[in-house]
Amino acid sequence: MNTDWSRKDLLGLRELSAEEINFVLETADAFKQVGTREVKKVPALQGKTLINLFIEPSTRTRTSFELAAKRLSADIVNITASASSLTKGETLKDTAKVLEANHADIIVLRHGSAGAPQFLSTHVRASVINAGDGAHEHPTQGLLDLYTIREKKSRIAGLHVAIVGDILFSRVARSNIFALLKLGARVTLVGPSTLVPRAFEQLGVAVTHDLEKVLPEVDVVNLLRIQHERQRKEYFPGLGEYIRLFGLTKERARLLKPDCLIMHPGPINRGVEIDSELADGAQSVILDQVTNGLAVRMAVLYLCSGANGS
Amino acid sequence: MNQASQPNDSPAIRIFDAENMRRALRRIAHEIIERNRDLGALVLAGIPARGVELARRLAADIETIEKVNVATGVVDVSMHRDDVRRRGALPVVRASELPLPLDTRTVVIVDDVLFTGRTCRAALDAIGSFGRPASIQLAVLIDRGHRELPIRPDYVGKNLPTARSERVRVRLEETDHEPDGVWLVKSPNEK
Repeated sequence: MNTDWSRKDLLGLRELSAEEINFVLETADAFKQVGTREVKKVPALQGKTLINLFIEPSTRTRTSFELAAKRLSADIVNITASASSLTKGETLKDTAKVLEANHADIIVLRHGSAGAPQFLSTHVRASVINAGDGAHEHPTQGLLDLYTIREKKSRIAGLHVAIVGDILFSRVARSNIFALLKLGARVTLVGPSTLVPRAFEQLGVAVTHDLEKVLPEVDVVNLLRIQHERQRKEYFPGLGEYIRLFGLTKERARLLKPDCLIMHPGPINRGVEIDSELADGAQSVILDQVTNGLAVRMAVLYLCSGANGS
Repeated sequence: MNQASQPNDSPAIRIFDAENMRRALRRIAHEIIERNRDLGALVLAGIPARGVELARRLAADIETIEKVNVATGVVDVSMHRDDVRRRGALPVVRASELPLPLDTRTVVIVDDVLFTGRTCRAALDAIGSFGRPASIQLAVLIDRGHRELPIRPDYVGKNLPTARSERVRVRLEETDHEPDGVWLVKSPNEK
């Protein structure tokens, strides 16, 4: 049994086929099982070197990639923006060349500019994995969200997913939209018109500014974090206003179907996007998303690294 | 890819038909029963895909003979291989399934063809990551020789001397949707 996975890089979900996405999810099933073993480590990437190049701050994604690499027995080095020579004026391309001269096999890149991983991938032989580029894509987050939905609902096709909040600045939303549509789900975006412009309808999704109307209809509600760091004041009047219109409060949650999943890519702003009690409640799969992220990232590292060797 | 190609492009000699295969498996089942006094402690762990089906058949045979239910499992070796990069396309990874804990168990690894022994070594590592079985044995339908590691099978359907350039083609109804059989395929064209 062989695959026709031939990508050395994972830059986004837009360019993947439905078959490729399903294949990563199936491979992740096998890696999730590794987490239940007495020895939670396999030698698949033994002798490989992975560099976590995080030009934008991140704790959970970086930690998840680091743990994934360690469970695959790869050697790993973390580089953060403040510790890199980029602050001394070195270009991204030169930094990457230096990493490659140090025999890096996989570079996991988080960068503030859309397209940075794509650029990097054309200049290095190493596999490049996009860990979030600007407001463009965050493919492993999209994959772990799909994996979690598939795990809980046993399917993706035919489900109705609401993505709520800061869509305009969200790479998580874009990766989710591309992948969900490819696998046959319905997607509705919800948020203030400044953050969810009608232009998104061109992607094949519905857009609404009325959260309460959507909640009773959906199978999954994915709440995005309000990205204070990317916000300027003019996008909405204030947090109080946002909570009043788009926060998932206990009262609003009563509108949901009893088996509707509540998702959030984290970090959560408790009391803003979601009531604290709901985040810890029975419908919340927020921690499953974290656990599944590890399995999905192991699968991605395994597949891309394997494709690069042959 | 090699394994999927039809035999008509190169001459193939039939080694087993369905009936020969059934008899060989039945004999292995008897040998497993003879060697293992406590069948309740046994796990027949197949290596995907054909090993899993062979393990299922062996368990069914043992049940028919001894009226005892024998546990079966799956050992996926793809994450434990040392030659992934030499084999071209990546193998599909499947989740391993073994009854836990393994401490008091005897695990019988089941595979279709034993060749270099590297798959078996990977299976030993994979099982080791689940725990420490009391013992591990190896059952194969065909032993074609050319071992590269100090590994020998405990149960063999047939010893088949081969040249390195030849291929052994195993087909099982359940995994290949073709009638059961084993063929020796002479010097393939693509090599």
